[in-house]
Amino acid sequence: MIPVIAVSNLGKRYGRTVAVDDVSLEVFEGEIFGLIGPNGAGKTTTMECVEGNRVPDKGTISVLGLDPRRDANALRQRIGVQHQEAQLQKRIKVWEAVDLWRSLYPRVVDSDTLLERLGLEAKRDAWFMTLSGGQKQRLFIALALIHEPEVVFLDELTTGLDPQARRAIWSLVTGIRGRGTTVFLTTHLMEEAEKLCDRVAIIEHGRIIELGTPEELVQKHCPERTVVFTSDDTSVAERLQGLGTVERAEGSGATYTIRGAGDDFVTDVINIIAREGIRVRGFRTEIPTLEDVFLKLTGHGIRD
Amino acid sequence: MRPQFLRGFWKLTWLETKIFVREPMGFVGALVMPLLVFIVFGRAFGASKPVTAPKVDIPFNVAILAAVLIAISAVQSLVAIISIYREGGILKRLRSTPLSPVTIMGAQVAVKLVFTVISLTLLMLAGRRLFPGVLQVNVFSFTVAVLLGTFSILSLGFVIASLVPTARFAQVISAAVLYPMLALSGLFFPVDRFPRALRAFAYLLPTTHAVALLQGVWDGSGWGAHWVNVAALLVLFAVYTALSTKVFRWE
Repeated sequence: MIPVIAVSNLGKRYGRTVAVDDVSLEVFEGEIFGLIGPNGAGKTTTMECVEGNRVPDKGTISVLGLDPRRDANALRQRIGVQHQEAQLQKRIKVWEAVDLWRSLYPRVVDSDTLLERLGLEAKRDAWFMTLSGGQKQRLFIALALIHEPEVVFLDELTTGLDPQARRAIWSLVTGIRGRGTTVFLTTHLMEEAEKLCDRVAIIEHGRIIELGTPEELVQKHCPERTVVFTSDDTSVAERLQGLGTVERAEGSGATYTIRGAGDDFVTDVINIIAREGIRVRGFRTEIPTLEDVFLKLTGHGIRD
Repeated sequence: MRPQFLRGFWKLTWLETKIFVREPMGFVGALVMPLLVFIVFGRAFGASKPVTAPKVDIPFNVAILAAVLIAISAVQSLVAIISIYREGGILKRLRSTPLSPVTIMGAQVAVKLVFTVISLTLLMLAGRRLFPGVLQVNVFSFTVAVLLGTFSILSLGFVIASLVPTARFAQVISAAVLYPMLALSGLFFPVDRFPRALRAFAYLLPTTHAVALLQGVWDGSGWGAHWVNVAALLVLFAVYTALSTKVFRWE
């Protein structure tokens, strides 16, 4: 498969600060690809180099077979960009922004349909400054989608939004992929990456330290699984110790914590419980998330 | 094929005009202030002059002061808008569309020129009404001279806008640069009587040449007598524009 975006050995420094040290990655058609990492890891710089809005110091970039710098004009017609923390004129009306953007491209979508799709039809005549954070982001997405681009770049698009607005944006992004558009996004929210992305690249200090689907990364770096259940049976811990894939069984009072690793572990525990006839009142499993993978790989949590 | 520059130009200019009008302070600064200066000062000077003094002298410098103020307020407004747009990432957002950089800046300049012309027209109308028979100047010639001066001062405004670090400083810095320029322009004290070094410096500023040209147009000596000032305004425009394209930052 030919990648839509191919980056190899990208490097960019600002003065003596290295923003991007060495980044190589490929993004394929129709996927949501996430570049994840803490603030200052080089996410935005990488993305802006790929969009053609920043000149890299080294490395090669190809987007839809074009060079983002040399073919900037041709590329702008085929990609949509949502910048982090870039605003619009305070007193521009929603429809005016959409109208201006529509006038800049040869082939565009109907503005009413687009505003409706993004839930902005009631805000057509509102000034930009009166929109909520979520509405502003939805407008930016609308502007990025106005010319039906083949690739959309979304930089930190839910930062600062409340959970409800965040979820609304997530379903929009999934909808964009549903229409066959490739999405390249950055986020420092692991939950967002896990919910949205088909594949992620973890970036730290300007280098990609891991790349794959969220499930792959969890499986590879955090195979440990935990089952927690409650039972009145007092000898549960001893009976489970060392059975099957169980590595450690601990119990305090009525609550037992069973640890193990691998895909078979949870099934094993269920089978043992059934075989031993243990009466269980509550049961839950704890499966590591991308957040745990990140913590393990970087040695620190992600900070806002 | 349409030139690249025109793509989105009229739409953006019209949009920026509407946005400018929606901002009450900018609107007042551009249209009301110079007019107020003209009327208040015109009256004050008119009243203090003896009746025997040649009437033509009374609103003479005041009209030029008002015209230069119009140009300066256009520049201040441009510097403020550019720094606010840069700080808010608006320039960055516009830049990543197919709009060419020249179009983005050209639309801002066009808006300023439109309001300069409107403001001048108001000034002329007020002059006709308040000081009848005094404003015998060729309106067209005067307008062209003001626009030429505005262009040149605007290009200096771009240099200021490139160097101003934040929107908060924009107003302060542009005032700190523009008002002393006005003081050195020859409007209040004749440039010939400045010390040598100061005179040389004054001739490097577009305001000095704009004032000289306006005075020439006003007293009827005409464009021919002031070709040096016209040339100076054009050269300064070219120099400042070249400089600002070198130092301009989009974000």
